[in-house]
Amino acid sequence: MTKPPASSTSPTGKAAANGAAPSAKAGRLATRANEADQRLTLASPIRRALNKVFPDHWSFMLGEVALYSFVILLLTGTYLTLFFDPSMAETKYSGSYDPLRGVEMSRAYSTTLDLSFDIRGGLIIRQIHHWAALIFVAAIMVHMLRVFFTGAFRRPRELNWLIGIGLLLLSLVEGFAGYSLPDDLLSGTGLRIASGIILSIPVIGTWLYFLVFNGDFPGTEILGRLYILHVLVIPALLLALIALHLGLVVKQKHSQYPGAGRTEKNVKGVRVMPLFAAKGGGLFMFVFGVTALLGGLSQVNPIWLYGPYAPADVSAGSQPDFYMWFLEGDTRIWPSWEFRGLGYTIPAVFFPTVVVPGLVFTIAAIYPWIEARLTKDRALHNLLQRPRDVPVRTALGAMALTWFLWMTVLGANDVWAKVFDISLNATIWIGRIGMLLLPPLAYWVAYRVSLGLERHDREVLEHGVETGIIKRLPTGEFIEIHQPLGPVDEHGHGQLEYAGAPVPKKVNKLGSTGRAIRGFFSPVEEPSEVAAVTGGNGDRAGQRELASQQQPE
Amino acid sequence: MTKPTAAEPADPSPGLLARARRRASSTIALTVALGAVGFGYAAIAPSSAAADQTPSADAQRGQQIYQTACITCHGRNLQGVPDRGPSLIGVGEAATYFQVATGRMPAAAQGSQIPAKPPQYTEEQVNQIAGYVQSVGGGPQVPSGNLRDGDMALGGELFRLNCAQCHNFAGKGGALSSGKSAPGLGTSTDQVIYAAMLSGPENMPVFGDNNITPAEKRAIVSYVQTLKETKDPGGNGVGRLGPVPESIVLWVAGIGALMFAVLWIGAKS
Repeated sequence: MTKPPASSTSPTGKAAANGAAPSAKAGRLATRANEADQRLTLASPIRRALNKVFPDHWSFMLGEVALYSFVILLLTGTYLTLFFDPSMAETKYSGSYDPLRGVEMSRAYSTTLDLSFDIRGGLIIRQIHHWAALIFVAAIMVHMLRVFFTGAFRRPRELNWLIGIGLLLLSLVEGFAGYSLPDDLLSGTGLRIASGIILSIPVIGTWLYFLVFNGDFPGTEILGRLYILHVLVIPALLLALIALHLGLVVKQKHSQYPGAGRTEKNVKGVRVMPLFAAKGGGLFMFVFGVTALLGGLSQVNPIWLYGPYAPADVSAGSQPDFYMWFLEGDTRIWPSWEFRGLGYTIPAVFFPTVVVPGLVFTIAAIYPWIEARLTKDRALHNLLQRPRDVPVRTALGAMALTWFLWMTVLGANDVWAKVFDISLNATIWIGRIGMLLLPPLAYWVAYRVSLGLERHDREVLEHGVETGIIKRLPTGEFIEIHQPLGPVDEHGHGQLEYAGAPVPKKVNKLGSTGRAIRGFFSPVEEPSEVAAVTGGNGDRAGQRELASQQQPE
Repeated sequence: MTKPTAAEPADPSPGLLARARRRASSTIALTVALGAVGFGYAAIAPSSAAADQTPSADAQRGQQIYQTACITCHGRNLQGVPDRGPSLIGVGEAATYFQVATGRMPAAAQGSQIPAKPPQYTEEQVNQIAGYVQSVGGGPQVPSGNLRDGDMALGGELFRLNCAQCHNFAGKGGALSSGKSAPGLGTSTDQVIYAAMLSGPENMPVFGDNNITPAEKRAIVSYVQTLKETKDPGGNGVGRLGPVPESIVLWVAGIGALMFAVLWIGAKS
């Protein structure tokens, strides 16, 4: 703060004046706050922060879910580090899980068993950690879809999109490192696949492999290395990038949906204190509650069933966690194309496991610039777009999402084959054909649906809302009466321009047939139900009460 | 054959009359018995060396069932019928017990693999059929007695090394190529698991007693059955199928609940 010390006397005087009147307690608080402020000069920045306005929409809370699950991950993960030992030294299990007692295993696996069976609260914390990790990645993906489909990545927010891609990539690596640590049969299988992927890289593969594993698979080093990555390096990077991500949101202001009073130059919403903080705090409690419920009620990663890893062992139905399935899936359906030449071999796995994800993430990362080049739109955008208003982007997103989901489904093709009694070979061919057909189909469907919705908005603006009143003309013709949304020209066509905001499609939304109340799931529209909700039988008091409730809206 | 020599007249020495009579009667008895066996042998199984003893009553009843239900595909003499069913000579009691006790046999139709279904015969009948097949061709047999008194830790190690790649880490089964699959072991009894290891049905390899010893087999049975009876300490086991059902729980229950929370808070603010 560059303010001269003299200015800090004015809050002091105000606090003293305020504090004297209401109570001694408040006075003491004010005095202490003032003492703190005189030393730290925080009043001004805190006031600024607390008065920060955030726009209000449910879809803006998806990223928050990821943030809160990250906090839960840090807390639960810290507890786990107290008992987990990432050592690959051999030991004989002597804990309380009977079927494995006396089995040779690594310290990492036996300490994870101890965590699960012999340490108070160990199992539920481990399970909350795992569920929170799954929710973390899932929430990042859902948040990313929101940002993509609403065009929030456009100038000036391209950098934050890039940071988001970085966060997604880091969280995938973090997740992989995390579920590889217990050294159970499933995690060892994943590690073996990772080693195979590294080895498949032309020219540098072998060198890279030895750099990572320092010896023949699995060696004695890899768990210690993954551990330090998992508990220090990647969390620190994640934390730094999250800080940057949120700092940029604060600095650049949050984008908002178009609507009454919302422009490119303002932010309409609620202040941090008290509303936004209450919402955020409530959501944090929800996230914590959901992860705790899942951790307590639903078993996840039962490493004692998998057994300790031995390089000769493998289990049917070995899947990674869901965020890796798309790599699993495209590898499973990839043909065995192996290239040889110039004394080098490029194994088939190199393409689906290195080239494909490399392309996918590169395209995702540079998408803001691709779109800016194609649309020649380089203006600053603080107002978001409705997905229907940008049919090509929406269709591209639907296409990419379909590809991702299809690959994800194929990542578990052996489980589907077993559960639904389909030939495993058939699922591969279903997968290959589907990969060629489904994404273009999704593009076409999303494009047509966007156009249809867009045209319907224009139609309502031009002709008005359908009233449901059918009128018979003297000629015998039946017409439906439309309620125009605003002034009309001499042809009866509406004069309102589309503003990128939702267009009312029902008469109730206009207030023409009585007020619609926001219900729990859907609007309360039937007059009798409205009366039940408001308590009065449509009397004036009830109406007034309703009107006052609707006012802030 | 010893019949001509056994039919020699007895020595009529007078001082040893009682002994001679005893010897004569036993000789006659032996002659009659051997003759019966010889004729029976010639009449019933002229080509089988294993049939030189009378089939037990159980095996005879097994034979009756065999001739009703199995003969169409496996042939009158268990030799098999081309394009219908394989020969059962030498498969033994173990294979027969496994196939019939799990309802795979009698098969309803040919397919990529014969599916298990509710058993068509009682345990007693299954044993009778198995006894008949055993009496004709011999082969591996499931030992009686407690089959799970093995070392569980060893059993687990052997299970992960030999069984888990098809039957899954928790014995839930898995897909194999071209419509075949390794069944889940959820309803398998000790005898069925043991018999499967001994006989190697369908795509499963045979784990003979030289490969996995009887003690090791009992250890595997012990591990599999204990795992099935162990409760899930972490809550609902969601099928014990690993990340696939876990991910479904995540998206439906976890993300579903959080989307509900987000929409709710969004609608109420």
